[in-house]
Amino acid sequence: MFESKQPHRVQLTANGQLKHFITTEGLPIELLTEILDTADSFVDMGAQQVKKVPLLRGRTVANLFFENSTRTLSTFELAAKRLSADVLNLNIATSSTKKGETLKDTLMTLAAMQSDMFVVRHSDSGAAHFIASEVTPGVAIINAGDGRHAHPTQAMLDMLTIRRHKGDFTKLRIAVVGDVLHSRVARSQLHALRTLGAAEVRVIAPRTLLPRDVESFGVKVYQDLTEGLRDVDVVMTLRLQRERMTSALLPSESEYFKLYGISDDRLAFAHPEAIVMHPGPINRGVEISSAVADGRRSVILDQVTNGIAVRMAVMSMAMSGQQAERQAAIEGATTDEA
Amino acid sequence: MKLKIAGGRVIDPAQKLDKVVDLYIDDGAVVALGEQPENFVAEEVIDASGQIVAPGFIDLCAELGEPGQTRRGTIASETAAAAAGGITTLVTPPTTSPVVDTTAVAELIQDRALDSGFARVLPLGALTKGLEGEQLAPLHALATSGCIGFTNAREPIASSLVLLRALEYAATHDLLVVFQAEDRTLVANGCMHEGSTSTRLGLVGIPAAAETIEVSRCLLLVEETGVRAHFGQLSCAGSVTLIEQARLRGLPVTADVSAHQLLLIDENVDGFDSLFHVNPPLRSASDRDGLRNGLVTGTIAAICSDHQPQDEIAKEAPFAATEIGMSSLETLLPLSLIMVDEGWLEMSDLIDRLSRGPAKILGIEAGTLEVGSAADLCIFDPEMRWSPTADQLRSKGKNTPFKRIELKGRVTLTLLGGIPVFRL
Repeated sequence: MFESKQPHRVQLTANGQLKHFITTEGLPIELLTEILDTADSFVDMGAQQVKKVPLLRGRTVANLFFENSTRTLSTFELAAKRLSADVLNLNIATSSTKKGETLKDTLMTLAAMQSDMFVVRHSDSGAAHFIASEVTPGVAIINAGDGRHAHPTQAMLDMLTIRRHKGDFTKLRIAVVGDVLHSRVARSQLHALRTLGAAEVRVIAPRTLLPRDVESFGVKVYQDLTEGLRDVDVVMTLRLQRERMTSALLPSESEYFKLYGISDDRLAFAHPEAIVMHPGPINRGVEISSAVADGRRSVILDQVTNGIAVRMAVMSMAMSGQQAERQAAIEGATTDEA
Repeated sequence: MKLKIAGGRVIDPAQKLDKVVDLYIDDGAVVALGEQPENFVAEEVIDASGQIVAPGFIDLCAELGEPGQTRRGTIASETAAAAAGGITTLVTPPTTSPVVDTTAVAELIQDRALDSGFARVLPLGALTKGLEGEQLAPLHALATSGCIGFTNAREPIASSLVLLRALEYAATHDLLVVFQAEDRTLVANGCMHEGSTSTRLGLVGIPAAAETIEVSRCLLLVEETGVRAHFGQLSCAGSVTLIEQARLRGLPVTADVSAHQLLLIDENVDGFDSLFHVNPPLRSASDRDGLRNGLVTGTIAAICSDHQPQDEIAKEAPFAATEIGMSSLETLLPLSLIMVDEGWLEMSDLIDRLSRGPAKILGIEAGTLEVGSAADLCIFDPEMRWSPTADQLRSKGKNTPFKRIELKGRVTLTLLGGIPVFRL
């Protein structure tokens, strides 16, 4: 009866090119692979002395952070600058919305300043999708995290890190450990891993930190960490926010670490060559021990480096998708006149 | 005014009537069915051939916006929308500002409705002052000034002691109590049904238990007090079962469901369309089937609109940040007709759930076309296809997901006390 407005449809052009990047859900494997391949080339470029390419020269990228995050904002800023874009950083958490301006008004105003791309972080699930579909469809929207829904660039930088360390996804057992319920990172990771064909994906957490019907992501659920880590190739830990301790989800940080924290003892059950990941910022001694975080299996700093490359990749791809669509619209209009 | 409605298929469940027959109206009342009375000269003959003539619909829950929220709707605008939907009587909840906890507000609503003249409006009074769940509202005085029943709406009374006393007091005066059951602590900051769709979208879920727990608590206290009780806008199959069991035990309880709950499910929220942001939330497909079954068995005796008009800005934000509700007076009939099209109900049973059923719940003389009763009726074409548009909707609230969606079944004429209040 109703036309589908599912997020993954909104982010593609008629030809299947990326024009927004809102979620990893529903994107074809070819597109995810293209993101990873493009990002790969940027990783190598980052290691060179001159780190800039002119792909976004003359374009304006506005970073709209309705939720504070210095780290993510910095990597997006750096990615945009390495693509030669002009960058506008707006920390909106502390400005206009507090004065009663609606989200829509804020965005219309910024669009009128002729921004070409919005990088949006917002505490409401669906915010990026709302902006892309209802507010400013002609501006490329890159989702830098919306509520509990999606954080697709984080997920793709994780995929890049896994691919660079482990290669073929179809041979990998991967465990996602921790607060899946509140995590947009986990949701985006699970969609991407499924599409990329990971051999087995497990989630490990107490029931209070798992959303209803989490099995619908195609994962195996483990309540016991040792069981869940057995023979896995990749351990993806999730951040546990401090306020979870006060909301009857968990009794204490120490009990959480004892049962679900990644320590060397626990890691011994994983494959001997297993890598350990974390999206940061780390709560040492809660999700992960310092020894593991700083140890030889940790690839946490690689994730940060790869993050810039992945963001460069999706920004350049979305911008060319927008351009292709505009071109198609102009050509369509000319054809109509003829 | 003398009217003849000619050639329509008259369906009146109260008389077990379903046949093509002429209907005669004089001085606001039905005066004959079939044979033309002696000396009756119709001033207007309405041709209803090929259409259904039914008692005017009785809607158990429609917000009107007035007093206090007139950017959403006014009594005039929303009752005009009701008339366009074939609704001749509607019950409106006390969630106005100020709330209906004084006779002045109850009377104001009824006066404005009379002035507008599109539909009969029966206010529900607040069960507690300010809907705050602490002190009883003046139930007897409110009932005397026209409140048809009492509810605390979606502001559940946290204290079971206060609830018990409210029910005892209502039972003392044989007043009807209406529950819109939800447990606030389980709803928390949820905005849609908790299930695989909420999990994927990362929207905070409302478990089915948020409704069934409160239904259970209320049923136990109804059993304790013997009060006449009605459960409005059920959303869960589990609630239907609880109410069915209570009725088997002989409790005086009834229930209704909104038309959109019979059709839509949580998966419709996929895409974050805020027009599907309603409370109670759209639930799973099995809940929907449970509600449909409840309607078939009669555990659910009425279909309501659960009309909640909102202005445009209210829906322009990320899903959870938008206002709740759907504008649904004008789609009540076509959505309900899907129950007939899909074989769940006979046409006469559907009309019963839209007219006689709700009248019995309220204990009012309405919802029938018996000779002598008020000529509140509607004529509709069950096959007419149409797509609602914002311009065409009479409600101030254009917040329906059915805009530009093809629907089947449309009201062509509504009479209120023999006076045409809507003509297509």
